[in-house]
Amino acid sequence: MQAILDFIKSSRIKSPWLMHFDCGSCNGCDIETLACLTPVYDVERFGIVNVGNPKHADILIVSGTVNHRNKKVLANLYEQMPHPKVVVAIGACGLSGGVFREAPNVVGGIDKVIPVDAYVPGCPPKPEAIIDGVVLGLQKFAEKSLA
Amino acid sequence: MAQTILPFGPQHPVLPEPIHLKLTVEDEIVVDALPALGYVHRGLEKLCDIRDYNQMVQIVERVCGICSKIHAMCYCQGIEEMMGVEVPDRAKFLRVIWSELHRVHSHLLWLGLFADAFGFEALFYQFWKIREKVMDINEATTGNRVIVSVNQVGGVRRDLSAEQLRWIDAELKVVEAQVRALRATTLDDYTVKKRTKGIGVLSSAQAMELGAAGPTLRGSGVAQDMRQLKYAAFDRLDFQPISYPDGDSWSRCAVRYDETLQSIDLVRQAMARLPEGELSVKVKGKPEGEVVTRVEQPRGELLYYLKGNGTNNLDRCRIRTPTFANIPPLVVMLPGLELADVPVVVLSIDPCISCTER
Amino acid sequence: MPIPTKQVTKETLVAEVLQLKNAGWRIVTATCVDLNENEFDLIYHFDKDLQMEHLRLTVPKGAPVPSISGVYLAAFLVENEIQDQFGLCFDGLALNFANHLYLDDEVATTPFCKFGVVRKTAAAE
Ligand code: SF4
Repeated sequence: MQAILDFIKSSRIKSPWLMHFDCGSCNGCDIETLACLTPVYDVERFGIVNVGNPKHADILIVSGTVNHRNKKVLANLYEQMPHPKVVVAIGACGLSGGVFREAPNVVGGIDKVIPVDAYVPGCPPKPEAIIDGVVLGLQKFAEKSLA
Repeated sequence: MAQTILPFGPQHPVLPEPIHLKLTVEDEIVVDALPALGYVHRGLEKLCDIRDYNQMVQIVERVCGICSKIHAMCYCQGIEEMMGVEVPDRAKFLRVIWSELHRVHSHLLWLGLFADAFGFEALFYQFWKIREKVMDINEATTGNRVIVSVNQVGGVRRDLSAEQLRWIDAELKVVEAQVRALRATTLDDYTVKKRTKGIGVLSSAQAMELGAAGPTLRGSGVAQDMRQLKYAAFDRLDFQPISYPDGDSWSRCAVRYDETLQSIDLVRQAMARLPEGELSVKVKGKPEGEVVTRVEQPRGELLYYLKGNGTNNLDRCRIRTPTFANIPPLVVMLPGLELADVPVVVLSIDPCISCTER
Repeated sequence: MPIPTKQVTKETLVAEVLQLKNAGWRIVTATCVDLNENEFDLIYHFDKDLQMEHLRLTVPKGAPVPSISGVYLAAFLVENEIQDQFGLCFDGLALNFANHLYLDDEVATTPFCKFGVVRKTAAAE
């Protein structure tokens, strides 16, 4: 039994499934995240698969400023994800609210709602930077997973 | 038959953005659809109170990442009209080049997502692969792949050298050949037609009454395109709006497919006729008065209402984006459809939620 | 320079809009502008063959305005948006989100008004 559990632990680091949630971004960050999944950048070669179901996901990629309506959705999605899990925040908006931080319906920053493990700055960050961020997230994921 | 209410979204695999639809279904048939928005609302129009009219260019670019260049162009045109600034010719042509490149990348993006909506993943990847070439052009000429900050009030910030123009031309040849090669698969394929022909029909009368815009309007046989207003350099380019008569998802797809090629052609025309000259003029004074400007976005007609009061900050900056106009037609199209066709029809209007809610 | 508009009143608004609709105009949108402590400007934009026509309605704050969503269904979205942002209430909205189109309770405080405003529906009068 222990052998199986260890096997699961080590393999899930090798093939993390990620889910992307747009939390009020301008789309710039979303299309760059999507671009990572398509042929030119192709994160699937690292075993990363994009899923739409939070219960299947290991990594949550969030872009956007977070407003008062979608923060509930964000918290809900995070709750539904099984342990261990990591969150990667994408873009200036996800980090602090970016250019929108003074707008009326902006919470400003994903870490105000859920804990964030890796931050990727940029407006929008290039796909290479997003991949880097995910890889950084994966290291944390490995720590959490083996802990 | 008992009715069930199904939530569609806000987090849904086919949607890159959160929109929520409350679908009332009877068995598999949708009888009513109610949109619930607000998941991407930021309230950025209000930022004109604290940002001056030059800084607002950077804000409006971020209304939507997919058509940011065109937002900035529309805003700048409005301010320029208000302040009586005449933009140099070269800047006008450069604006057309970048905005049409944006249209190409936006339409390719949409064609891919649309293919994904009816489950044709190989086609999705093909279109996104082609699109990367256009993104490379954006990055090489402006420094950013998505938010190409080239506009400023009074002109543009960057120039294209003769060498860059030649390179863009060569790249676009490849893009065009690759897009043409996908025509049969996108528009004539048996399975694709099965999923899109006759699905989500909007008659031209309905489209006019519901205020549809852009490819949704032109897919219903109304040949109206804001580029006919001849803003920027469109008065010196050959341009005819594209329309298809049937008003179904297939027609809207065909309009966008043809427009992709047309935009490539427009870029070429603009590059061939690019005049020499200044890139921008100095802008003096403060905006005062009211102005309404319209341009054509990839998704349709974009309207800016700007009101200045003689200070650095605008009184009101109102943005009406094309998806905002296309939501009522969507609500009317959905009833009567089978549940499995809902994603196809939702995507057929090319929803851009961050535009809609701002 | 203000844009050329046709001034209408609350009483004539719906009739004017109906006339435009029958003449084949397409509704583009409506804009609400906060003028001063007491008044809003509502500007309705219409389009026909690339020509534009604007109707301007100046209304006091705190009084409901007749909705044109009965004439153009498409207007329901923009009227709901104005309700959200300015707290101006529309009478007879085809689909009423009651100030919660975009905003949740935490922020449902007419964020676009520069000057304070009280929400008043027709029923409350
Ligand atoms: S960081 Fe920039 S590109 Fe990303 S969502 Fe925010 S404004 Fe858009």
